This record gives sequence, structure tokens and C-alpha cells, in this order.
Amino acid sequence: MNDGTALPDPLLDVRGVRKSFGAATVLDGIDLTVGRGNVITLIGASGSGKSTLLRCINLLEPIDEGTIMFDGVDIAEPGIDADPIRRRIGMIFQSYNLFPHMSVTDNVAIGPRKVLGVDKATARRDALALLTRLGLAERADAYPDQLSGGQQQRVAIARSLAMQPDVMLLDEITSALDPELIGEVLDVVRDLKAGGMTMLFATHEMAFAREISDRVCFLHRGRILEDGPPEQIFGAPAEARTREFLQRVIDAGRL
Amino acid sequence: MTAAPTRRAAYERAQRRRAAIIATASTIIVVTALIVLVPRASGWEKVRQAFFDGDVFTDSFPRLIEAFWLDVKILLWSTPLILIVSLLVALARSVRSPALFPVKAFAVVYTDVMRGIPVILLIFLIGFGVPGLRIVSRTWSDPVIWGTVALVLSYSAYVAEIIRGGIDGVHESQRAAARSLGMTSHQAMNTVVLPQAFRNIVPPMMNSFVSLQKDVALVSVIGPVEILRQAGIDKSKFANFTPYVAASLIFLAITIPCTRLADHLLARERRRTGATTIS
Repeated sequence: MNDGTALPDPLLDVRGVRKSFGAATVLDGIDLTVGRGNVITLIGASGSGKSTLLRCINLLEPIDEGTIMFDGVDIAEPGIDADPIRRRIGMIFQSYNLFPHMSVTDNVAIGPRKVLGVDKATARRDALALLTRLGLAERADAYPDQLSGGQQQRVAIARSLAMQPDVMLLDEITSALDPELIGEVLDVVRDLKAGGMTMLFATHEMAFAREISDRVCFLHRGRILEDGPPEQIFGAPAEARTREFLQRVIDAGRL
Repeated sequence: MTAAPTRRAAYERAQRRRAAIIATASTIIVVTALIVLVPRASGWEKVRQAFFDGDVFTDSFPRLIEAFWLDVKILLWSTPLILIVSLLVALARSVRSPALFPVKAFAVVYTDVMRGIPVILLIFLIGFGVPGLRIVSRTWSDPVIWGTVALVLSYSAYVAEIIRGGIDGVHESQRAAARSLGMTSHQAMNTVVLPQAFRNIVPPMMNSFVSLQKDVALVSVIGPVEILRQAGIDKSKFANFTPYVAASLIFLAITIPCTRLADHLLARERRRTGATTIS
């Protein structure tokens, strides 16, 4: 396993990205390289810019400055057609954002059908196979409101996987879940890593970040203040801010 | 759900039965009180003769039904027109392209003006004004047509706002989820936003439809002999208000089923979204 640095051909290369909402600077010069197959976690306090960074990479928010090279192309270029890029970048949201008017199967099948032009029968068959893989086969005909939070988030992951993305952005995907439901979602993330999926993962689950990451980035006020392998960040953080943050997490009983 | 009734289920059933008994009893008491007390009012005998004359009722009822057919026709014409115009206005208000700014501005002015004028005034203005311009042929000068146009213009403004509210009511995160799958904004609108918006707006649309059923009678102010005007004619003929009571009953015969349907749709929507009613 490599640590994501010094790759000749990184999948994602973020350089000098800045983003403000009005007077508030949310991203203040972010540099981040994600190699193929890397799992990189973003940790930091709420408001440190983790979610905004993911939304910028998925082109849901325009950036003010900087470049985002994705597979060799600067996707932050103004006027670029975002749709073909987004279909290669999967995104999982904290609040699942499933489509409530569609069954579980249709939620998973709708992307391939509408965006990739897969015919309905094939898309549904593939969706069912994916749901079976994630242990959701028996809920295939249910509607999102009838599922537990953990099941909904797994459906959201299946919906994203159905597009066969090159990279997945996970935005605090367990933050809305009851503690006993977090495990089932993290298990799916473990499986994805085992399958070689490239992931950029904003999370408050420190123990999991420590377990799964190739590299951990600590964000503070829109900057990556410290990054490195998990043993270093969690074991011997160099920055005082990182130590403070981790101490607060430990005090809250989350590490 | 288990097959055997639990203690809680039995308790809840008893509670429901108790509520039903109380509701029935109180209804009987109120209705009895009305039947017993109202006739004791000193003016009751005169009111009974003026409003509840059986002979006048049977005489005017067929004429009122016949006149009501015109109300139904106006309703059937205006409903689809309102749906089309309001959808166009709602979409015009949602355009983001700067080139289409005049369209958007027109839609904003349109909804403000039409919602600001009482329907009855609009019927007067358009119903008398447009034929008065003498730019339409005699057959097109029929007040039924221009009364209908006035209704369509007024109601479209309200319904457009309902539609726009429905579109805005779909959370932005739904659009984000659709777009992050790679859908175009058009695909996101058609597959994700509009189906949810439509479900949200059915109940308020039904309420507007019920209002329209009654407001059709306002077209009578510019001349057409529909049910309200026919009732007025019969009232003068018999010097008796019973035709108005008969007309009210005819309106209730169609508005009550529609109101019940609207309530049913609202309740179903509430059940579906999982919100519970706190009693």
C-alpha cells in the first residue's frame, strides 16, 4: 500500500484551492493528492472545510482559485461540462439524499438508466445484484422512508456504485446514524477498500479513520495543517492544533 | 403485527370505541338542540316560508339544474386552461437564463397583478372591457367566454404560485444527489424534482379546484344565466328565497365530494411522509 505521495499519475490532484462564502473563507489554499486505490480521510472540527472540499471536487460548488486535476484534466476550469465528470465521481451524503418517490431498486437503477442509457431491465438486474452484495436484497422493493438509517446509507452507496465511479467522496456518511447502525455502513466502506476503490472520506469516526486510511489529513480553518499516515497523525501529531483536536475527541469518548 | 390482540391493542380499541360514542352522542345533542330550539325563534315561521318552501323548491329545481350545466361547462373549460397557463407561468418564474429575464419579469408582474385584483372585478373588467374593444367578432363577444378568461387569468396566478412552491419545496440536496450521479439539470428536474413537487401540490391544487367550482358563479355578474342568476330570477318570480337554498344544495353536491377527496389526499400524504397527528 502506498501513502499517496510522489505518485507519477495521481487520480486526483488538488492545488491551491480557495473558496469563500461571502466574507467567510472556507478553503484557504488546499493541496491534496489522491493516488489510485488510496483511501484518504479528512478529519477536523465542524466548519474546518471538509464537506466544502468534497463538494468542490464534485463540482457542486465552484472554487474561487486553484486547480483540481482529475485523471489529468483540470475540472475546475470555468465553463467545463460538469455532467460527464460527476458521473465518474461518486458522492455519498451525510443525509443519504435518497429519492423518496422511488423504490430502493429504482434509486440504484436510475443513474445508469438516465445517465449511461442502460435499458431498464438491465439496470434493475444490475441494481439487484449490487443490493444483494450489500445485504439489501430483501429491501429491494421497499421505499427509502421504510428503511433504517444504516440501510438508507447503504442504498445510497449502492446508488453511487452503480455508476462505477473512479473515486468516491464520502461526506460524514455516518454522522446522522445511531451508534449501533454505524458499523454496518463502515463494513461496506471496508469492503470497498478491499475492492481497491479510491476514496476521500470526511469523518468524525477517528477509530475507523485510523484503521482504514492510507493517509489522514487534519483540516483547520480551511487548510490542511498536517497530513501523514494514520500512525503518525494519531500516534505522534506534530502540530499543537492536531493534538488539541484529538484531545477533544478523546475527551468526548470517540477515540 | 402479532395475530393475538395485545393489551395495548385492546386498550386502544376501547379508546376508539369511547371516542366514537362521545362523538355520536354530542352530535345527536347538538342536532336535537337545533331542531328543537330554532323553530322556537320568534321569526322562524317567516324564515321557514321564505327559505324552505317545498312548492317553490320543486318548481325551480329543474331549471336550476339546467342552469348549473353552464357552470359545469365553464368549470370544465377553465380547469385545463388554468393548469396549462399556471405551469407556463411557474416555469417562466423559475428561468435562470439572463436572456429570458423579460419572460421572468412578466411572470412576476402577472402573478402580482392577478392575485391583487378581486376575481369579481376582473370578471367585470375583462367581461365588459374586451368585447367593448370591438376587436373580436360577435360570436366571440359572448360574456361566458370572457368571464371564463377572467377566471383562468385569476386562478392561473394562484395555481402558478402553488406549482412554484412545490418545486421550491423539494430540498436542494435532492438536486445535489441527482447531479452528483451525472444527471443534467434537465434530467434532475424531470426525474427527481418534478415528481416530488407534483406529489406535494396535489392537495392544495384540489383546494383551488373546489374554490373554482364556487367562483364560477361569479361569472353571472356580467350576464350569463347560470345557476346563481337563475336562482335570482326565480327568487324574484316567487318572491321567495328557496331557489337560493336549492342552488346551495346543488353546489354542495359537487363541492363536498371534492373537499373530502382533497382531505383524503392530504391525510394520505401526511401518512406517507411519516408525520404523526398529535391529538
